[in-house]
This record gives sequence, C-alpha cells and structure tokens, in this order.
Amino acid sequence: MVSAVVPPVGDPQRILGIETSCDETAAAVVAGGASVLSSVISSQVDLHARFGGVVPEIASRAHVELLTPAVAQALVEAGLEGEDINAVAATVGPGLASALLVGVSVAKSLSLVWKVPFVGVNHMEGHLYACFLHEPDLELPLVALLVSGGHTLLVHMEDHGRYQVLGTTIDDAVGEAFDKVARFLGLGYPGGPAIDRLATTGNPDAVEFPRAMEREGYDFSFSGLKTAVTRYAQANPDVPVADLAASFQQAAVEVLVTKARRAVAETGARSLCLGGGVGANTLLRLRVAEVCEEDGVAAVIPPPSLCTDNAAMVAAAAWWRLRADGPTPLGAGVEPNLRL
Amino acid sequence: MLILGIETATLQVGCALAGHEGVRASFHVAHGRRHVETLVPAVEFLCRQAQVEIDEIGAVAVDIGPGLFTGLRVGVAAAKALAQARRVPAVGVSSLDLLAFPVRHTNRLIVCAIDARRSEIYYAFYRHVPGGVQRLSPYRVGSPEELVSELVARGEDCLFVGDGALRYPQILADTQGAEYGGPSTAHPSATALVELAHPLALREEFVQPWELQPLYLRKSDAEINWERRTPDWAAAG
Ligand SMILES: [Zn+2]
Repeated sequence: MVSAVVPPVGDPQRILGIETSCDETAAAVVAGGASVLSSVISSQVDLHARFGGVVPEIASRAHVELLTPAVAQALVEAGLEGEDINAVAATVGPGLASALLVGVSVAKSLSLVWKVPFVGVNHMEGHLYACFLHEPDLELPLVALLVSGGHTLLVHMEDHGRYQVLGTTIDDAVGEAFDKVARFLGLGYPGGPAIDRLATTGNPDAVEFPRAMEREGYDFSFSGLKTAVTRYAQANPDVPVADLAASFQQAAVEVLVTKARRAVAETGARSLCLGGGVGANTLLRLRVAEVCEEDGVAAVIPPPSLCTDNAAMVAAAAWWRLRADGPTPLGAGVEPNLRL
Repeated sequence: MLILGIETATLQVGCALAGHEGVRASFHVAHGRRHVETLVPAVEFLCRQAQVEIDEIGAVAVDIGPGLFTGLRVGVAAAKALAQARRVPAVGVSSLDLLAFPVRHTNRLIVCAIDARRSEIYYAFYRHVPGGVQRLSPYRVGSPEELVSELVARGEDCLFVGDGALRYPQILADTQGAEYGGPSTAHPSATALVELAHPLALREEFVQPWELQPLYLRKSDAEINWERRTPDWAAAG
C-alpha cells in the first residue's frame, strides 16, 4: 500500500520536545523528525515509590522543579543554543492535567522568546513515533501495541495522521495490573521491572491463569487476571512468588501478543510496533519478535529508553504534526482525556 | 531595565511591564481556571501593545503564592522558562505581599487572606512603613476561626484584602473593627508585582530562574495521609 515515508534528507528542522504527562520530566532535541540530538529524562520514580503509585500533586511539583533544568541540559547535550531551535513541542494529553500544564506552560513560553511555533502533541502519537525514531524506514501500514501503566491500545496506522484504534482495555491498563500484582506480592513499586526480574527465576507454567477475552475482539481486560493471581496466592501460600510472577506475566503477555498478531493478520499490516513502558518487558519483547518472525512481518521493538515516556518521541511526532497541521495556537489548553 | 511580571496565584491571570518610569502596561482577566490558555497570549499581547520586544525584557517577576496550586505552577513554570530563555534573572514575590502593597497607606493592621479551599485560608499581617509595608507574621495556612482568634488577641482595627474575606464573610463579622478593602483588592495584581519587583531587581535582589519555587504552604494529600496512617497494601490490592 503506502511505501515507507522517510523525512527528507538534510531537513535541518530542530524541534525541542517536552514531556510531563505523568511521572517522567523529559526534554529532547530531534532534528528532521528522525535524528535524536539529545534526550534527557529526570525520573521521579523515587518520589512516588513509597505511595505505591504516581501521586499527581507530587508529580506536578517535581515537574516545575525539574523541567527547565532538563531543557537546559537537552540543549547543552545537543550542542545548541535556544536560538537554534525551530519549534517547541509539548505533550497536551492524555495524562494528568496538573502535570501536563507545566510542560505546556514552559513550551509556550520558550516558543514566545525564541519566536518559533508551538506544537501540541498527543502522548500516544508520541509513543507511535518512537517507533519511527528506532526504525526510520518503517513500512506502513502498521499495527502498534501501546502498553503502559495508563494505556493498553492496539492501533492500526495506515499513514501519518491516519489511525484507527482497534482495541483498548475495558478495565485496568496492563501496566496497572503489573503494579497491583507486584504490590500484592510484596515486590514494591514500580511493579513492571520487579515482576520482569523475578519472573526469570520462576516457572511460567506453574499456574494456568485465565487469559481474558483472548479469542474475542481486540479489547483487553486485566482486572480478572489480577484478581485470579491474588486469590490463588491466598489459597496457596506455599507456591513460590517467582512462579506466581512468571505465570502472571506469561498470561498477560500472551493475551497482548495473541491480539496484536491477529490484528496484523486481519489488517494486512507490514509491521508490528511496540511502545509504552510495558514495551520494556523482556518476555513481551521476545514474544513479539518471535511471532513476527513466524508470520513474516517486521517487528519494530525500540530500545526500552524509547518505549518508556521520553521527550524525543514528542519532538518526532511534532515534526509530522507541524507539517500536516501547522503550529498549535498559543491559546490552546491541555486535554487530559485526549484520544488518538 | 524593563521587568515583566506574571501573576497567576488565584483564579485571575495578570501580567504587567514596568521600566524606570513606572508601570508601562498591564493586563488582567478573571475568568476561571484558564491560566495555561491565557498567560502566554496575554504576555504576547502586552508586549505588542506596549511596543516592547520580548528581547528587551531584563528581568522576570512572578507571584510565587500561596494560592491555587495549578495556577501557581503555570505562572512559575512560565517565569522560569522565560527568564532562562532570555538569560535574565528572576524575582519571586508572595501573593500575600502583593495584596498588602496597594493598600500600604492605611494606618490599620493589613490582613491579607486568600481562599485556600477545604475551609482554610492563607494569611499574613502587614503594617505601613515608609515606602511600603512590613510583614508582621509568617505566611500561614489555617481555618477562618484561627485567623479570627489571632486578630481578637491583637485587638487592632484592621483592613482585610484578598478573596479570603469574600469566601468566609463571617471572619469580618467576628472581628471587631474590621473593614474590607472591596472587590478591587480581592486578587493580587501584576501591577503591584512589577512595582514591587522593579526596585528589587535594580538592587540585584533577584534569584536565578531555577531557584524560583512556588510557596505551597501545604503538602500533597498523599503525603498528609501517609503521615497519618500506616498503609496496608495487601488490603488495598
Ligand atoms: Zn506513555
């Protein structure tokens, strides 16, 4: 169908991207929508760990403190002055309203001083474009599995700016299920990396947990799986925690991979892309690579640093947005419930 | 030196420009929680109408609160970014100081009170001194009753400014010899901000942009609750 769309060679447009939708404060400079000149991420994980999840007020306060230093560092690492930037982009949604406000306020202010366009970016579009940063020759159409603590999306992308959401979660996001199960098993926060680590020492076939809606449609449900794990653990206190973690992870990953694989087959997509924080999960990365190999489609699996929230993806998405729609008015607000 | 002032500590958004000759332009709009939509276009409009290039601004002043958290963050984040990008210093001034400044000529005790929601107010006391006001108390957050009992103990005639007295009219009723400054004194003004900040900037009493921080006076609910109870994650699962 559509051939690979590659940014014109030598396009010098340098975009500063800003990301503050959740608990990562990030700034990055990307040239021509494809070349990452710098990518700075100030993680707040330590600030939220004792609360077992992201606290919006704490995240927003930290963004105010961390963002402008992150911007300064992104410029230094890119070897640029502010005046060398051609546009400033920030995530406008979806995300935590009070956190988004900080990034948008900073981005608009910078665009005013540097006299360059402001571009409001959809965070999920950012995750999609992280795949283009990883694989600029990515073949369209593609199916993307965007999975994090806040989202579980299966997206069909026909062309730039043309998306169809095939499926989403009807209850918990998959990352949320990882966090809740990890908390229940006493593995701490964040739960994803903790389960990933422990699962390597456990038997994934120890317990056969339910794979909800695996054969039906493209929507997901993870609340039942989470409950099944906690019930089983309470009823069988002698089962090793590593076995529970491995069995839970296997059930969650198999549902994601089964649906994504079916979406690729049914839409005739050429590539399957992975994005979002759960995209850093070792088993998920492995299984996506395996099924793509079997099915003869391209697996696009960006490094974990491009899967988790970052600002390079925001700058990359902004490059395309700017070409398609032009600048975003300075009077625009944030959109916490923005859809793709 | 030209100074740009940003004021977003309450439901109002304000900005102003001042130079050696005094306040050159100001803009205020009180229209609900639209800080991020309004602020940067307002600054752009202000500069254009005052025929000032953004590159001429030599310092950025901002109301650091206490006040509405989301509003404060929009203003302080913008001030940090503007000052950093312009490579100029910043001045942070408290919202309560800004409320006191326009009524500095009164002989009464000046009581600045801002609605802090959840049945509380942010407040501080001031008195006229030559050339301005002097703060007599720390910045506090407390109930209207706590404020009234402090004022009863002082037993002075006082002048209330800020939206705290509008939100909790019983404060005025319960305080003998109290007077209210009127609706025009309900919000901190960006004009007062640049008037106060300009001499400070000339005396180099400024901070670097990264040193600006909102004055919250209140921890997040999660931290408050954390200190109150021992969490039981297993039960919460
Ligand atoms: Zn994300």
